Amino acid sequence: MDFILQPWPWYVSGPMIALIMFLLIMVEKRFGMSSNLRTMCSMLGAGKKNEFFNFDWKSQRWNLVVVLGAVIGGFIASHFLTPNEAVLISEKTISNLQVLGFESAGKTYLPTELFSTSALSDLKSLVILIIGGFLVGFGARYAGGCTSGHAISGLSNLQRPSLIAVIGFFIGGLVMVHFLFPLIF
Amino acid sequence: MRTLVYLAIGILFGITMFKSEAASWFRIYEMFQFQSFHMYGIIGAALILGVLMTYSIKRFKIKSFYKNEIHIEAKEKSFYRYLIGGVLFGLGWALAGACPGPMYTLVGAGYGSMVIVVLAAILGTYVYGVLKDKLPH
Repeated sequence: MDFILQPWPWYVSGPMIALIMFLLIMVEKRFGMSSNLRTMCSMLGAGKKNEFFNFDWKSQRWNLVVVLGAVIGGFIASHFLTPNEAVLISEKTISNLQVLGFESAGKTYLPTELFSTSALSDLKSLVILIIGGFLVGFGARYAGGCTSGHAISGLSNLQRPSLIAVIGFFIGGLVMVHFLFPLIF
Repeated sequence: MRTLVYLAIGILFGITMFKSEAASWFRIYEMFQFQSFHMYGIIGAALILGVLMTYSIKRFKIKSFYKNEIHIEAKEKSFYRYLIGGVLFGLGWALAGACPGPMYTLVGAGYGSMVIVVLAAILGTYVYGVLKDKLPH
């Protein structure tokens, strides 16, 4: 039991992700966590205004159930399976982050500077969360998938488009962390 | 019944995302700094098993749990949409520190501010749908 309560090492987590993809394929669905955002747009009535969202969203209801499961899973993992939520990132990363002003590095699961409820009253953190989320949603649909759909499912099926997308993910991530973070934080 | 199966898979996924720390903003930052093997190990291990699994399903024509043939669709061929969309996604992934799966997991874990990220992602998806025909694909 103690093993479950510790952070899971990569050699447990990676195979677990592969297992989840396997289960979804075996129930005739696909592993992709961003298409549900399109389903939600459609569910909220976007199909009346725009062709892209004009599809039978009820046929994608399974995907929303998976999302609900992911929420419940997060609740279970954080409340019952993680006595200590501090993420032990490398010393080097901690000192890098401290230079940028992230005092919570190495002590919490998410940086409190951005994600605590009190940070929401800070316009800057609010704008960062909105821009970050917007780019994730816009970019995932533009690229036709996210980490699960391209980096895991697509690459597993040896798809060249997924390789291009994953290279794009890394270009974007590296530019953000190395060039834009020093300007933002 | 099938709904319960999807729910169970989702719960397993949520627990995995949280416990693997793939849902931690810090881990994503560390990954893009190349300062730990952790995230590369996760993606790499999932990928190696995923390639073997996908190959085996096709090679041995493995049937689904419901005894049907499994057909794994190829991705539509294109270049610009994957590269440009990918770069935009990567920028957001590093900034918000969460991709679409972990966003939901973190909402469940009690990070209320993640709701804002999710709503912004829904808005981003909607704006893509509106601009779709004007963008290079």
